[in-house]
Amino acid sequence: MTILAFAGGVLAATWRMATPLIFASVGEVFAERSGVINLGLEGIMLLGAFGAYAVTFYTGSLWLGVLAALAIGLLLGLLFALFTVTIKANQIVVGVALNLVGSGVSGFLFRSIFLNSDFPSLNIVSFNNMSIPILSRIPFIGPVLFQTNMLVYLTVFLVPLASFLLYKTSFGLSVRTVGEHPKAADTMGVSVSRIRYVCVVAGSMLAAVGGASLTLAFANQFVEDMVSGRGFIALAAVVFGAWSPWGATGASLLFGAFYALQLRVQAMNNVLLPYQFLQVLPYVATILALVSIRNRAQSPKALGVPYQS
Amino acid sequence: MPVVAFFVALAVGAVILLAAHFNPLLAYQAMYEGAFADFRSFTEVLLGATPLICIGAGLAVAFRCGVWNIGGEGQFYVGAVAGTAIGIYFQMLPGWILLPSVLIGGVVGGGLWAMLAGYLKGRFGANEVVTTVMLNYVAIIGTGYLVSGPMIEPGGRYPQTVQIARSAWLPQILPPTRLNIGFVIALLLALALYLLIFRSSTGYAIRAVGINPEAARYAGIKVNRNILLAMAISGGAAGLGGAMQIAGVTYRLFEQISPGFGFTAIAVSLLVNNNPLGVILSGILFGGLSTGSRLMQMNVGVPSVLVNIIQGLVVLSVVAFGAYRALTIEHEE
Amino acid sequence: MTNPILRMENIVKTFPGVVANRGVSLEVARGEVHALLGENGAGKTVLMSVLYGLFPPDSGEILLGGQPVSIHSPKDAIDHKIGMVHQHFMLEPTLTVAENIILGQYPPFAVLNRKRMGEVHDRIRRLSEEFELAIDPVAYVQTLSVGEQQWVEILKVLYHGADLLILDEPTAVLTPQETARLLKFLRDLVQKGMTAIFISHKLEEVMQVSDRVTVLRDGQVIGTCETRETNPRELARMMVGRDVLVDLPRRSSTSGEPVLVVRNLRVRDARGLPAVKGVSLMVREGEIVGIAGVSGNGQTELALALAGLSDDFDFDEIMLANQSLTKKQLLNLDQFQTAHIPEDRQKMGVILPFSVAENFVIEEFRGSRFSRLGFLRRQAIHDYSLDLVRKFGIRVASVNDEIANLSGGNQQKVVVARELERHPRFLLVNQPTRGIDVGATEFVHRQILEERQEGTAILLISTDLEEVFALSDRILVMFEGKIVGELPPDRSLLEEAGLMMAGNRR
Repeated sequence: MTILAFAGGVLAATWRMATPLIFASVGEVFAERSGVINLGLEGIMLLGAFGAYAVTFYTGSLWLGVLAALAIGLLLGLLFALFTVTIKANQIVVGVALNLVGSGVSGFLFRSIFLNSDFPSLNIVSFNNMSIPILSRIPFIGPVLFQTNMLVYLTVFLVPLASFLLYKTSFGLSVRTVGEHPKAADTMGVSVSRIRYVCVVAGSMLAAVGGASLTLAFANQFVEDMVSGRGFIALAAVVFGAWSPWGATGASLLFGAFYALQLRVQAMNNVLLPYQFLQVLPYVATILALVSIRNRAQSPKALGVPYQS
Repeated sequence: MPVVAFFVALAVGAVILLAAHFNPLLAYQAMYEGAFADFRSFTEVLLGATPLICIGAGLAVAFRCGVWNIGGEGQFYVGAVAGTAIGIYFQMLPGWILLPSVLIGGVVGGGLWAMLAGYLKGRFGANEVVTTVMLNYVAIIGTGYLVSGPMIEPGGRYPQTVQIARSAWLPQILPPTRLNIGFVIALLLALALYLLIFRSSTGYAIRAVGINPEAARYAGIKVNRNILLAMAISGGAAGLGGAMQIAGVTYRLFEQISPGFGFTAIAVSLLVNNNPLGVILSGILFGGLSTGSRLMQMNVGVPSVLVNIIQGLVVLSVVAFGAYRALTIEHEE
Repeated sequence: MTNPILRMENIVKTFPGVVANRGVSLEVARGEVHALLGENGAGKTVLMSVLYGLFPPDSGEILLGGQPVSIHSPKDAIDHKIGMVHQHFMLEPTLTVAENIILGQYPPFAVLNRKRMGEVHDRIRRLSEEFELAIDPVAYVQTLSVGEQQWVEILKVLYHGADLLILDEPTAVLTPQETARLLKFLRDLVQKGMTAIFISHKLEEVMQVSDRVTVLRDGQVIGTCETRETNPRELARMMVGRDVLVDLPRRSSTSGEPVLVVRNLRVRDARGLPAVKGVSLMVREGEIVGIAGVSGNGQTELALALAGLSDDFDFDEIMLANQSLTKKQLLNLDQFQTAHIPEDRQKMGVILPFSVAENFVIEEFRGSRFSRLGFLRRQAIHDYSLDLVRKFGIRVASVNDEIANLSGGNQQKVVVARELERHPRFLLVNQPTRGIDVGATEFVHRQILEERQEGTAILLISTDLEEVFALSDRILVMFEGKIVGELPPDRSLLEEAGLMMAGNRR
């Protein structure tokens, strides 16, 4: 295979592999900018993936599956916000609990509903690639950028929208202030709780959609632990991207590239490295990314601290 | 409070069971019987509790230092790998040297793996939750590589190693049950870590750093050094658990050597407010859940992963009660 | 009074363990400057926080212009044309002046485009000119001086159309010159028809600017007077309930050898910006050197560096007890018999969930006195704690209680006791009486003077000019990271000190 073809293949896969990370990390940018760190992204993505799978399985409709994921994200986000914003419990511990619950519930329901059943096939339909006319015929760039599925295309709209909301609207101003100096916001009549609830729920819903993209747009079935740490990688993307939507997206693309690389090389049989060395790449890359940012002065000052009004 | 929290978790679990068309009473009854009905099952519970007590006691130390070590799973794996390697490649050594070496190897392996994350936190401010989770994956994938590659048994068809030398096996204390001396070692470890945290000057420093690193620094306590120490102890305890799992239960290394002990241990420690002595009881409780769930799956058909849900619910429950209590003792601004 | 702009009737507000307001009633006339006078903890801020909607009263009524109103949140207060300028600025440094001012005032999805922000900026500029200020709306708050930030807080309130302004200790961080400016501003305000409630614990300012003054003590109103019909002594008596000793007894003593010599110390703050720009000083045995200055001029960083807690500092020479220290030695001061009473006791001085006893040994717990073979000697710690509690008269039920249960004053006593028991040769004291009651303050001052008698070299940093003048043998004034002057503790030089603190004299 030529180098060019190889590179093209990797790039095409990069955006696709980055999509779940983009959804989850952009959502988490809002949550963290408002001062809440959601370590339960992994569990939310998993439940989003499962919920989308189950609904699509039974209804045959992909968009209902996405809707299901949004609903799950909404519920889990409310739960998380309830514990961290209202009850003011330790955000890290609640996140860990959410992960445990997420993996437990998805595994439990998958086994009792699907594995113990006698469905002929556990596969579902999935989003097909849609080629954008004309643009997809551009050599090299065409297949990379303009021949993918709906959920991936959605990220194109998501990121600028998120950036606009955060930096150009009154809401975004409130969010940023709540994350840095909640008392200042409080004394101006901004409800710190409400802003945090909105951001956490929005982040959770996006993460759930990110999880759904795994079952609806890549694999067309559900596998236990299919999220495999992407929730945590999304958290690292937020840090590496300096808490901005574009930055988090850039970081997600970088991590996506490692996943893509791993897949492509694995597909080539004449490689000396055992596949585990590639499997491990995204995780090592994440650690290196976290280590490379020395100046952590950019994190929102009130991050992780419950607000006592 | 832990008792209430636990029962609240069971109650919510019952609701989930109902939603999935199971009878919660039957399910829980089967779980209880599976764990405590007869003596043999009970020893299985203790056997399953051993890694939980080891990792959990270590986590208690880390959490008390304010370091969120979610990497118990990976540290367990590394300890298992180290223990296996010593048990296989040094089998020419006499048993009274080999067995302790296996265990020490586990401690050192797990300890170093954890210290890596601790170092990255101290030096680079890298969030330890993310780094320890990443290291989990690296350890698990690495183990997978080793058992299907360099360490695979000769003529291997399955990804596993040969058994470690017989002289390194942990002696069984109650034949014909599988219970081995590892359980006793775990108890001693928990006791030792309890004394460390609450009675020693090192423990005072660790606790101070966990509650208020600024004040600790002002008092001359070296914050980063204590974080590193807490992680080393935590990882070492988990690694010991891993080595003992090899030397006492499986006698060889393979891919799924842990069914999630590292994560269960988080619930184990949080349930008893990160007290190593409490971890003993908590570990037995969760060990009971786990052992019992196998019978529950067999007899009543409830997937044993229900236990994972209960674990998560326990943590949420503990957190909710703790925060509720903190809220009602508000101090003035 | 006919038609007061504000009437608060029988406001009761309790927090767990504390009754902050016990049925407080207040009447404020339209167009007056009304002072709320009282010590720390008298209930002034709580009362005004209730008015501003930060929390609801347990009982009581608020009437504006004769009509009862219910104010559930700051938004309600702002709608009722009430504005509050807080003691600790409610400004976000990484945002611009304009962004801080319009926070929360537009509906969430209002777009802050160039046009809209342009209108905001113009309006801010106009307001700024009207009151003879020079605030740039596009400036980032972190680039402004403390005094300028104060004006931004005020502009914020005026922008939203307040005609009743509450100012909580507005002069706490200002130099005497800036204070005069602010007081003049208040008079200008009422000339334009607005009303101001001025919270303070500073008698002279209250006498200078207010029309009437209400004195609070322990959550109750002691009385309300026309300012021109009263005097400082009377007000002080109402505030404290007994005659206040204005001057502490101080025996003269001869100072001895220099204990601490600092030459050209440079320290950077947490952001990496230079905070101490070449400070040189000397403290002798038995001498108290006071460093006066408005907070934020490098005192915090100076203290941290001298206590060995800074990361980023440099010096030509630092000598302690005739020994020239290396950087490494400065970071490991344990062996040098120094003690440090830190600025922020809750953040640094004590560990709140630990017991009183555990807090007593926070620096010594590893020594052979309190630990053996790695284990803590609990009995020894217990006995030591009982000893200190008795010796220093600290009010505590049991030394095994969480120190969080003690009052601020008693917590500070624990810190002071702990540090002084080390019999240091050099004592660094930073804001020793911040936020503690009068009794504890007198106690701390007495202890510091006694230490001086014992021959300890003491460096006292305080933003309370009165305190510095009362205790020091020599006074150094710090401004923008440098020592800009030295004064003897002569009260007549207070104004001169103020000028130096504002950088007006060299």
